[in-house]
Amino acid sequence: MVIATIVTDIDRPKPARNSQAEHFAGLLNEVAETRSRQAFAELFEHFGPRLKAFMMRKGANAELAEDLTQDAMIAVWNKAGMFSPGKGSVTTWIYTIARNLRIDRLRREGSRYFTDIDEYEEASDDPASDEVVISREQDALVTGALDVLPADQREVIVMAFMDDMTQTEIAEKLDVPLGTVKSRMRLAYRKMGAVLEDLK
Amino acid sequence: MSIAYHLDDATVVAYAGGSLADCLSVVAAGHIAMCDHCRARVRRAEVFGAALLDSLQPEQMDAGALTRMFQRIDGSDWTLPQSGKVSIDSTLPDPVARLLDKPLDQIRWKTTGPGIGLHIIERNEDGSSLFLLKVRPGHKLPDHGHAGQEMTLILRGAYRDQIGRFAPGDVADLDEDTEHQPVIEEGEDCVCLIATEAPARFKGIVPRLLQPFVGI
Repeated sequence: MVIATIVTDIDRPKPARNSQAEHFAGLLNEVAETRSRQAFAELFEHFGPRLKAFMMRKGANAELAEDLTQDAMIAVWNKAGMFSPGKGSVTTWIYTIARNLRIDRLRREGSRYFTDIDEYEEASDDPASDEVVISREQDALVTGALDVLPADQREVIVMAFMDDMTQTEIAEKLDVPLGTVKSRMRLAYRKMGAVLEDLK
Repeated sequence: MSIAYHLDDATVVAYAGGSLADCLSVVAAGHIAMCDHCRARVRRAEVFGAALLDSLQPEQMDAGALTRMFQRIDGSDWTLPQSGKVSIDSTLPDPVARLLDKPLDQIRWKTTGPGIGLHIIERNEDGSSLFLLKVRPGHKLPDHGHAGQEMTLILRGAYRDQIGRFAPGDVADLDEDTEHQPVIEEGEDCVCLIATEAPARFKGIVPRLLQPFVGI
């Protein structure tokens, strides 16, 4: 895995995966509470280059990807206080910010339709969800689950999440029936669910 | 609200990836707005995005990127986004209300068959379409398969088909090979939001997808 290899020029020792998630949550909290630029700089250092790579996957050139990354990180700065650790990890939260931004800016027409689920969190008056909400400690296990997915399942997950390809586009690209793409997605999702169940 | 029929796992994954086809995405969003269960499932699937983001080969940022960042922060008159405008119809989930320019009860329906009203929201060149359908109680829709993907969110009333009873909040997230024949329950018009996506071989042949509903 290539995680955490670029965070080299900071004082703190390189954290292990789980404590890295804790560490990011702490940094984000500092940004929210004290507007700490040092904490933000550390987040920027880790996430900036990854977000830039994410933006370039969809075909943004380096310049545009840089701008989009800046916009995503500005959102992180400004919305830091809205992050809720109970809903997932910092990395997941930042992923959703970048995903939404990418849909807004790089997709022809998708932005009108895509609604982030954060928009409904407050509307819900039933906190008793029957699904496990991913805690930040579980992040690493999911990453592990992704690594052990069969190649064909991992491939469709990468195409859907990183390359912004619809199920139909994936089917055309791989020259398989749409149903095959869907069943690979289902299997991948269930595999992750099984990993999380084991934690209970 | 007790919801019995949910999004397919594959739909949850694609939605979390931000890559569900546009028309399907709005129907999914309408369901998610009403369904805690599916909201939690999307959250779970989003972790795939986090794991992949983390594993991407990082791209070096421009020199001075952080400085520029702080300059923008200092210069910005940024405020938190306003929490939504007033819904056009508060009885509908927001992602659905946003599509309309008047409340559901005031929509003009195009009669396309006995007991069937159609309101097209979008009909795209790629063969996808998004529309509202209002069907009279007791009415039976023609038995139909699906040329492509079809997703239906029930907004008012209820219907039964081979799969079960679909009531407000329920979503029928059907495979392209599923055939069904909905029968509207007595009592109230059934109003649904329906998205269809054509498979590649049917691209550009929109009427074919609408055919079961409009009786072309």
